This record gives sequence, C-alpha cells and structure tokens, in this order.
Amino acid sequence: MTTVLDPTNESTPAIIERATRPESLAGLTVGLLDISKPRGDVFLNRVEERLGALDANVKRYRKPTFTKPAPVDLRHEIATECDAVIEALAD
Amino acid sequence: MKRDCPTCELVDPVLGVLAGGDEPLTVYTQDDTSFPESVSAVDDTDLTVSWHHDIETVPTLMRVGASGVEEERIVGWSRDQWQAFTGNIELGITLPEHRPGCGSLNVDPAHADALQARFGSDGLAARRVEFASLEDDFEAMFDRGWSDGLPLIPPTPERVLRMLEGTTRSPDDVVAIVPPDLIEVTVEKVAVNAVMAGCKPEYLPVVLAGLEAVCTDEFNMHGLLATTMSVGPVFVVNGPIRNEIGMNAGINALGQGNRANLTIGRAVQLTVRNVGGGRPGEVDRAAHGSLTKLGFAFPEDEEGMPWISLAQERGIDAGVNALTAICTEGPRLIVDQKSRSAESLVESFAQCLLTTHHPRMIAGIDALLVISPEHMARFVDAGWDRVKFRTELEARLMVQADDIIAGVGGIEEGIPEGFAGLELPKFRPGGLHIAHAGGPAGLFSSVFAGWVSGPAGSVPVTKEITP
Repeated sequence: MTTVLDPTNESTPAIIERATRPESLAGLTVGLLDISKPRGDVFLNRVEERLGALDANVKRYRKPTFTKPAPVDLRHEIATECDAVIEALAD
Repeated sequence: MKRDCPTCELVDPVLGVLAGGDEPLTVYTQDDTSFPESVSAVDDTDLTVSWHHDIETVPTLMRVGASGVEEERIVGWSRDQWQAFTGNIELGITLPEHRPGCGSLNVDPAHADALQARFGSDGLAARRVEFASLEDDFEAMFDRGWSDGLPLIPPTPERVLRMLEGTTRSPDDVVAIVPPDLIEVTVEKVAVNAVMAGCKPEYLPVVLAGLEAVCTDEFNMHGLLATTMSVGPVFVVNGPIRNEIGMNAGINALGQGNRANLTIGRAVQLTVRNVGGGRPGEVDRAAHGSLTKLGFAFPEDEEGMPWISLAQERGIDAGVNALTAICTEGPRLIVDQKSRSAESLVESFAQCLLTTHHPRMIAGIDALLVISPEHMARFVDAGWDRVKFRTELEARLMVQADDIIAGVGGIEEGIPEGFAGLELPKFRPGGLHIAHAGGPAGLFSSVFAGWVSGPAGSVPVTKEITP
C-alpha cells in the first residue's frame, strides 16, 4: 500500500443554487455584458432589440478586456442593478 | 552496532565482557542479527530504535536510568572513555586506544527520508492519500485526475521531504495565489506537484520562481487558460543555475532529452491544474492546445554569445539567476541556409516574423525569437550587439496598413479602414523577445508567437530565482 500526499487544493466546491427562473421578463432589468471583443456588440444590440419587445429594461455593461475576469466591482454592480444578465462572447 | 563497521567488530569482544558484568546490557544491531558474536543482539534492522535515539555513529554506548531516561552516551571506541563509563580499568586493554566509529544506518541518505516520514513530525500539512493494495500506483494517479496525460511520479512523503531540501523556504510559505480558482499555494504543495512532474530537488527554486511569475496579474494565467487560443507559458532561464542543475541550451534545447528542461515547466503547469483548477475542458478552453501547455522551459546559451542575456535586457544583473515567463504557442522554424551577411539574415527574420499568427495581425501579439548559434555568428561577425540587432530588426518589422485592411485581396480578416495610409509596427514596443539557444550546427532559428499582448492580455514576467 502506497501513501502519497494530495497534490490538489483539498477544497470542496461550494454548491450555489441557481436563481429562480422568472416567469416573464416584462418589467425586469436585464444586464448585457460586453466582454470587449470584436462584434460582441452586434450580438448584444440584437438581443437588446428583442428584450425591448418583451418589455424588459436593458442596462449595458462592458468588461475592460476580454482576457481577464470581470472586475469584482463590475460584477457587484450588475448583481445589484439587474434581475438577469446575458454575457456576450464574440467573433 | 553494525557488522559493516570495523570499529564495531573491534569492540565485539568488549561487549561480551560487559554482558558478564553487574549492569544489564542490551545490544541493538542494525544490519545483521547474528552480529555481534559475543552477545545476542536485538534486531533493529528497521532502525526504529536507532532513529528514536538519534544515533549518528556506531558503536554508540548509552546508559539508561531506571526511568528510561538516557543518562550518558559515548560514540566510537575510546579506551579511556569506555573504561571510565563502565568503571572497568581492564576493559579493552588489548585494543587500540582510539578508533572513530562509522555512520549509523538511520542517518544514511538511503534510509533517512523514509524514517523521517515514518516517525518524524515532518511538518507536512498535505492530506495523506492511501492507495489500496490492489491499485496500481500509477493508474491510481491517473484515476484521480492529477495527470496532464503523462505518467506521474508518486508523491510519497519521503520524496516530498527530499524535494523540499531543494529550497531554504519553509514548507508552509505561501508562494502565490493560483488561478483560476485563486487558491493560496504553499511551498509544500508545489513540491508535491514537482515530485509528480519528475523534478529533482535542485530544480525546485526554478519551479517556485516560475509559479510566482505566472500567478501575477500582469502575466494573467487565468486568461491563458480561458482563451480559445492555443498558448501556454514558456520559461527562459538565465544565470549560473542553468548549468548547476544541468539544463540544456544546446542540441535539442527546445525538444526532448533533458529532464530539467521538460519537468520544470511541467511542475508549474501541474500546480496550476491540481491546485488552481485549470483543467482542459473546464476553465481551459483552448481550441487546439499546444505543447507549451504541458510546461516548457529552456536556458539561454549565455556562454556561446557575446551579447547580454535576455534577463539582463530585462533589468536583471549579470550572473543573477532569473526566469522569464512568456505566453506563447509552440515554436516554428525560420529556415535561412543561404544568408551570409547580417543584413540578409535580419531581413529574413523580419519577413518570417511578419507572418506570425497572421500577416494582418499587428501590434496585438508578442513573439519570442530564439536565435541559433550559426545564425548568431552572422550578427557577431558583423559586430552587431543585442541593441544593434534589435534596432535593425524592428526597423524591418513595419507594415503598410493599406496592405492589411480587412477586405483587401478578398480576405475579410484585417485591420479597420481607419488605419489607411499609416505605417504600423508588427509588435508593440517591447513586444519582441530575443534569446540565444540551440545546437552548434543548423542554419535555423525558432519563433514562438504570443497571445494578446500588453496590459489587456499577458505581459512577460521576469523573476529572480532565489534559493
């Protein structure tokens, strides 16, 4: 029998329940996060049009660079101002 | 006592005398239960008693009081000391006056680590994982998801203790916060992964510097993992440590065959995988991947060039050990076997470098150029130093924007029309990195093309390597 040392971080992933899905987007605020990559705005502009037709309020956000995670302040801002969020990829 | 020690053999008859005396005598033997011959000995071939009494030399003579506490000890053979110890002035009178003892087996390097791991408060904090007796050790590590796809060395406590001897840093010292899960990693955890990667203890300081380099905000390891581009960290090592630990800057420097070149980067990447959680298909989204994602290091051939080193160009003093981490794809060749002048060869370099990733991709990526000795000789013969070479090369790395605007020539890739009429540099200022390595023959150099460069992506990071 061989004993070895655990090479991992030995942590147990936290399980977070998903937010409840809204019945309708009417009257809710939906955040659109642009990751700052070419043509992401093309997708988000179209999404904004479609959300408008569903009577949702839209707020637009933008990451400083697509190569790094969104800054914690931006994530907090979106979480406090929006009921739902859509993050765009690009290209 | 051990048979494999002339001093122990010398005192064998003395023990027979002591056994017949008033004080009870217990003899422990380390290597042969039939030794010594004058008295019967207790088997200590597993060295348990020797380790717990910190025996460093055999023979060692100890007096233990009724409460089990050691009262007196002498090592080796000294007739005067043994006579005084026992109060027997006739003891060993036919023996030489003095003989030093021999090294005790419990401090022999072949046994010391295992004994320390077995009995010592070794200070190791990592969770112990026991493989079942029917498990194959190597398959068990694959099954637990610890491998990058290649076999791993089992990180037993003995091996990890030995690895930790490669650094003066404390095992519980925090080295870095490892992306993507942003986990604090200790020297000990890095050592565990370095063992698995196949490192020798003397590589550990380079591994620690590599991990510190990639876990900076500038280097942006999270981005390297998450990107769909196929890039990973390449480590260029400078300073005397290259030769001290046997790295290869010569034939096949960028290939297989050298343990240090191949395991240092692997240890960094295994730490990112196992501690940071950076695994392909999870946060790691590379479309194709690249061998640089396995982990890759090479030393610069400093002795073979009259130029200052890559590390010196980046602000490190000459003779100081340092490592530079650069985010790149795998290498590709520049083949120029005909140029005999510096001007011709630098023009060749420029034409090849202008095509990295895409001829229309400019100012967005860095590159690492590795010049071979035969190519380097062309520039040295012409009297060019690193500064002159860089100046000549960068002057040739300008692109006419009109040629690379999106849609020109029927190719939709390209830069916006707004740049029309401008002349633009292929690389951002400071975005071209130059090193010297390779075998003595071969009119080839190599280019590693980078990823999104500068503060918006990844900035190369140079770290001093400290013991």
